[in-house]
Amino acid sequence: MLPAFPTVVERHGPMVWRVCRSMLTATDAEDAWSETFLAALQAYPRLDGDAHLAGWLATIAHHKAVDRLRAGARARPVADVPDVAVRDTARDPDPALWAAVRALPDRQRHALVLRHVADLPYVDVAAAMGGTPAAARRAAADALAALRTTLADHPDAPPPLEAR
Amino acid sequence: MTTPPRAEADLLTALAAGPPDAPAVDLTALADAVAVRAWQQGQVDVAVAGVGSPIGPLLLAATPAGLVRVAFAQEDTDAVLAELSARIGPRVVESGTLLDEPARQLAEYFDRRRRDFDLALDLRLATRFRAGVLTALRRVGYGTTTSYAALAAAAGRPAAVRAVGSACATNPLPVVVPCHRVLRSDGGLGGYAGGLAAKRLLLATEAA
Repeated sequence: MLPAFPTVVERHGPMVWRVCRSMLTATDAEDAWSETFLAALQAYPRLDGDAHLAGWLATIAHHKAVDRLRAGARARPVADVPDVAVRDTARDPDPALWAAVRALPDRQRHALVLRHVADLPYVDVAAAMGGTPAAARRAAADALAALRTTLADHPDAPPPLEAR
Repeated sequence: MTTPPRAEADLLTALAAGPPDAPAVDLTALADAVAVRAWQQGQVDVAVAGVGSPIGPLLLAATPAGLVRVAFAQEDTDAVLAELSARIGPRVVESGTLLDEPARQLAEYFDRRRRDFDLALDLRLATRFRAGVLTALRRVGYGTTTSYAALAAAAGRPAAVRAVGSACATNPLPVVVPCHRVLRSDGGLGGYAGGLAAKRLLLATEAA
């Protein structure tokens, strides 16, 4: 049986925040977190009793964060990008890392965030993303390799958002 | 200038720690705002909030039709939430904002600044017979008491004293629907879901 919804929010809210915030500024992450739980609430009556809640929520959060990322990239004039980067630098102790996470291809980022930020086992990552655990493991490994390359090439400067 | 690539373990540690300011953000406030938005869109079955009181922590629950449940600390919160999800609907949200009005009226009542509750009540958790008893119970005034036998008569079922006792014992809206004002015909205190100390305190508060 599924836990009552307030218990779900309490138990998984911090994980959903880490997923959203790993891809978005704090303000956008608040919106993505809210949209995640609004969507989860609407879908909750139709959810299977044995659904894996953490994987399900992390995936909704990843989709909502990707939507925000795209909307932000479209809405933001190119000239404003440095301002955003400066603001993030002031806030983030490790801006290069999170900028590199944002710049990953969707599938790699999805696997990386579910495995290493949300801390889900690969069997749950695969269930949430579709595909096999082995494919999820490869996508996460590719993401880590890409991060290491990006961070070695640009140890200080966050890559531009368009660099995908 | 070349930088050595970061060790994988270091990367994994940074990812697992998550982004900055995770501890600083107030997720309770965000969840409350989500609840209010969902409520306004008609997508909430039940809203709940905990409040403190002189008789211990209370859990308040409301549907769009009105206040539906007042639960004592003795009733396990998880069990009450499960009951609300199963009997009313699984779209249950926690929000102090949505329960602000009943919480305020209860605080006034415990503070002796209010004698009657001006709240819409949703009696769907009571059977039809028991809802009839609760409706009769709402007419037992502040600072007065009645007996299970008299309440049975008032509910139009003078022979059903025992069933009226059960209706009081399973009152989903204690304090607001004043089952604490019902005593045994011999003057004994009877029972109370919130404990007899709570019943005594409520009667003493109203007698003062």
